[in-house]
Amino acid sequence: MALFEQVGSTVEGGLAYVGSLTALAWRAAYFTFIGPFQGKPLRFNRAVSQTMEAGVRALPILSLITFFIGLILALQAAYELRRFGAISFVASAVAISMTRELGPLITAVIVIGRSGSAFAAELGTMRVSEEIDALETMAIDPVGFLVAPKFVAMIVMLPCLVIWANFMGILGGSIFGVLQADFTFWRYILASLDALFMRDVLTGLVKSLMFGATITAVGCLEGLNTTGGAEQVGRSTTRAVVMSIFLVILVDLVFTMLFYFLGEH
Amino acid sequence: MAKLVEKLAVAEPFEGPMISIRDLRVSYTGREILHGITFDVQRGETLVILGGSGSGKSTLLRTLVGLEKPTSGEVWIRGKNFVAISDGERDAIRTRLGMSFQGGALFGSMTVGENVALPLIEHTKLEPSTVEIMVRLKLDQVGLSGFEDFLPSQLSGGMKKRAAVARALAMDPEILFFDEPSAGLDPIIAAGIDQLILDLKKAFHMTIIVVTHELASAFLIADRMVLINKGDVVALGTTEEMKNSKHPKVRQFLDRIPEPAVAQELDYLQMLTEPSTKSGEGRQGKSR
Repeated sequence: MALFEQVGSTVEGGLAYVGSLTALAWRAAYFTFIGPFQGKPLRFNRAVSQTMEAGVRALPILSLITFFIGLILALQAAYELRRFGAISFVASAVAISMTRELGPLITAVIVIGRSGSAFAAELGTMRVSEEIDALETMAIDPVGFLVAPKFVAMIVMLPCLVIWANFMGILGGSIFGVLQADFTFWRYILASLDALFMRDVLTGLVKSLMFGATITAVGCLEGLNTTGGAEQVGRSTTRAVVMSIFLVILVDLVFTMLFYFLGEH
Repeated sequence: MAKLVEKLAVAEPFEGPMISIRDLRVSYTGREILHGITFDVQRGETLVILGGSGSGKSTLLRTLVGLEKPTSGEVWIRGKNFVAISDGERDAIRTRLGMSFQGGALFGSMTVGENVALPLIEHTKLEPSTVEIMVRLKLDQVGLSGFEDFLPSQLSGGMKKRAAVARALAMDPEILFFDEPSAGLDPIIAAGIDQLILDLKKAFHMTIIVVTHELASAFLIADRMVLINKGDVVALGTTEEMKNSKHPKVRQFLDRIPEPAVAQELDYLQMLTEPSTKSGEGRQGKSR
């Protein structure tokens, strides 16, 4: 009996958490897409500075990591492919796995580490120092003021970052192609482009949009739910990172399955 | 948001008590913190809410500004039941309230000037140059002229409190709330904050509500006082009435007599939360 109770309460807790995430994302979406038409303008300057922070400043580290991932993918693929004398398929292997899966996923993980954690820490600190309360007493909705600009920044920047990550991954793979598989640089790029369908890139981008919404919702919810002092801010930040990674993988699974079955028909 | 202000501009001037609290009960995680609080705050008066740590005075203040939801009871502000109205109406009333938090609660990522300007930018359609002038005026009022471009982290504790008061004053509120204004300040700086409250009272005839446990400061600024103990109103009256009160809890608080030591954790929790058995007995001077 105790086991069933445990399972029941865990499932209930999980569903409640997803419920509050959805509610927060929905309110952020309201302030982003509907609010501006109802006399509640989006804080444009705040959105721009969040976009710079979450997007543009992530470029160097994202470039480096996805470049290496592309190179690693090429090495791993070539290890098997060369046994069948099919080493020239390295280009398509790298291009497809980057755009369909690894580009969005690696980008999401980097953004969680950089921005998701920062959202939780920022809002958590604001919560414990009563700044969120101060906003409420000034009749300023904390979701509209703090969460919506982050939401905008993330759903705009994640697809952009993913496109860049795909490109850098293919570039990484091309190093192997040129040095070990008798490609010229342009032939490698052309071979990659040939292997790709628009659908591959688009499914990756749709996923990245969902990842962006998920990371923002988790980071902000954990921050807003912080109670107590500085120690709790640290705990919220950790929870935000762990939950974001878990939920991003879950969203990834759901959408990959969805695309798989949609692709069948 | 700008609509809120237009709505208020046409709001008729209001007669009667500025704030009426009726049988207010607030619970945290099943434990009742306030057990049916009832009192009025008149227009233009300074009411000090006194009470020891854990008495529920901060919870009362947070409920008055709408940060906590009561389990039952009513809070009437400017003739509207703050508990039962729509979010839009509550926000409209909130633009008429100013709140100075214990730690200041200034936004760390913004300068002092931006902090004070925020409510003006959010709720009015004023030109940036007008906002700038207003900010300078408000900072002048609290004795912080020239600190517009400082970050809160560059200010001392007392200056932070002053900046927070300037932000609370930004919208020319009718009611000003202070949570522990002199907590964590040295006596000289604390006296400065008391003087600031007195100046505001004299200059603007604002309704001011101060939560504190600093007796000297309370007697200096208050018109009336209410003593909260374990979530109940123990006494309510003018400073004179409080000074002359014979109520044991009032005497204990004013004469600073310690509680008997508590040996057990359970007793301590009970001491903090149980309804005080003598509540209501010593309520005096119900209104001025």
